[in-house]
Amino acid sequence: MDFQFLLELTVNGALTGWMYSLVALGIVLIYKSSGVPNLAQGAMVMIAAYLVWVFSSMLALPIVLALLLALVAMFFLGLLTERLLLRRMVGQPIIMVVMLTLGLESLLRGIGPGFLGAAPKSLDLGLNMMPIIVGEVFINREYLVGAAIGGVMVVLSLLFFRTRVGTKLRAVSDDHVSSWAVGISVERAVGISWGLAGIAAVAAGAMWGSVQGVDWTLTTLLFPAIAVVILGGLDSIYGVLVAGLIVGVLGSVIPGYVDPLVGGGTRDVVTSLIILLTIMFRPHGIFGREDIERV
Amino acid sequence: MFYRLSGIKHTRYVSARALWPIPADRRILYVLGALALLAPVLLSDLYLTSYMLPWLIWTAAALSLTLLMGMAGQLHFGFAAVLAIGAYTSIHLTRAGVPFELALLGAGLSSAVIGSAFGAAALRVKGLYLVMATLSMQYLVEWVIVNVPAISGGAQATLNTPDVRFLFVPLQSDASLYYMALLWTVVVTLLLLNIRRSSFGRALVAVRDKDFAAAVIGVNPVRFKLLAFFVSSFLGGVTGAILAFCYYQAVTPEQFGFNVSIQLVAMVLVGGLGSVIGAYLGAGFVLLLPILLTNLLAGAAQIDWLPISFNLIAHIPLMVYGALIIGVILFEPLGLAKIYDNLRKYFLVWPFRHTQS
Repeated sequence: MDFQFLLELTVNGALTGWMYSLVALGIVLIYKSSGVPNLAQGAMVMIAAYLVWVFSSMLALPIVLALLLALVAMFFLGLLTERLLLRRMVGQPIIMVVMLTLGLESLLRGIGPGFLGAAPKSLDLGLNMMPIIVGEVFINREYLVGAAIGGVMVVLSLLFFRTRVGTKLRAVSDDHVSSWAVGISVERAVGISWGLAGIAAVAAGAMWGSVQGVDWTLTTLLFPAIAVVILGGLDSIYGVLVAGLIVGVLGSVIPGYVDPLVGGGTRDVVTSLIILLTIMFRPHGIFGREDIERV
Repeated sequence: MFYRLSGIKHTRYVSARALWPIPADRRILYVLGALALLAPVLLSDLYLTSYMLPWLIWTAAALSLTLLMGMAGQLHFGFAAVLAIGAYTSIHLTRAGVPFELALLGAGLSSAVIGSAFGAAALRVKGLYLVMATLSMQYLVEWVIVNVPAISGGAQATLNTPDVRFLFVPLQSDASLYYMALLWTVVVTLLLLNIRRSSFGRALVAVRDKDFAAAVIGVNPVRFKLLAFFVSSFLGGVTGAILAFCYYQAVTPEQFGFNVSIQLVAMVLVGGLGSVIGAYLGAGFVLLLPILLTNLLAGAAQIDWLPISFNLIAHIPLMVYGALIIGVILFEPLGLAKIYDNLRKYFLVWPFRHTQS
């Protein structure tokens, strides 16, 4: 076995995994506060990437300004989604909520490419494209930056949960009714968590858009992100980092060795198996809170 | 004269429990049945094969899924994989020389066996986790079909369905294909209507409402969850075979992708969970509305009424479909079946506002 090859797969897989964490973070933020599984997060990432592209390429703004504008826009898009769609779904069965977010996914997937053109667009963040060579391992610089941003975002959200607003969010994630009882606006807290998910979507959209171009395929990031979320635990923020690492490494090393034998597409199989095995053996994930069902 | 409940007094349980206890409903049904039988004469070939036929087959698929999701309450986001198993099994069986009738049965059985494996997840988890588990199984089945050349016939391959005959009638003409689909849809419809009022159906409903409570009153939840998966996957497998032979006639794995699974769930939800008429309405809506709207807009764009680009028109079905799902869930969570039910009840007692009971 070629150790060099294994090391390269592992390192790049770990970096990709942390970039998945960027997408997964949005799902966890929303699930933690409101118990809504946001299957539209992939589409939100795509819309965010389109927004960054519109601001930076179509309007020719500097990239920092474009990112800031996209952050503001996505924050309000998240708030709006919660206000218009999800707030009416309180108390509805989970299947309705899941389908609503999937409907939103289709809608966004139509709107983005429909109005801005379906051809892949390149998003230039002004990063140096040259790979970094450590020893004899090639490391993709964009992935490195993406992974770093993923880590920073997770740490930032952990810190955010220690602030005043964050404490309210934690209270809401514990129990809606008792939060109401002590005077916390649950609606506003859930709305803020959607806004934060929008911000996470901008970070994910900018990084992934720069890596693989901006088009509808960004929505397919949802699937590995779900694996990360399920493995790490649906309501655990640092679980996102650990699970991202695992999903990324397994999703890179196993296809690296098995793909040549079976003819490709093993990455999705690994992702599916991670989801399936986690659900069968430890449904609440590594760090998630175990649900206790009252009869 | 107009009051359609006039003179209806059920004096025996048998007549009260009939499928359609009200003669007015039966009359509508006779008219619809006659129209369905005469459709090959009444409709042009284009409408028959590109609208009626897929609508009927997708209705059958939605009915199979609504048995599982609506009656037994088990969420299933991988039903397209079940259809795919049925389609591929039937094609390989008929190619091996098995008669079509037996191949349909084999398609149903193989789907039912593999579909019950999906059900194994349902024994462990429910709700959101079941959605994720079935979703990942959909990917697994899809990958196996694509990557095993013995099943898909090699990468990027298309399998053509061989010429077959069903009960000595060759399935060649458009009309014969249509009648085959109609026959199967009617069979599934009658089956579902009758399951609802049998002990099996009541057990499924008990498990749906609360599995622990069902166990307390003596309904074994494990058994009925698995049975629900088995029966629904059997119906789905045969529907997949019918879909392959009557509609697609050339099968590729992409026709049974993840999006198709979502589309099936959308049909069931838009129609109304657990409703039989809802499956018809939901399949029609989800399948035909985006097509109709696109044709309308494309027509308007062609004569320069609407200055929209070709790219936008290509994405409109996706937007309509998403908006349709969101709209129905927000404004009528019980689905189109509820709208139909309201209308029916209004006209049932017309010219009065309501009846005594």
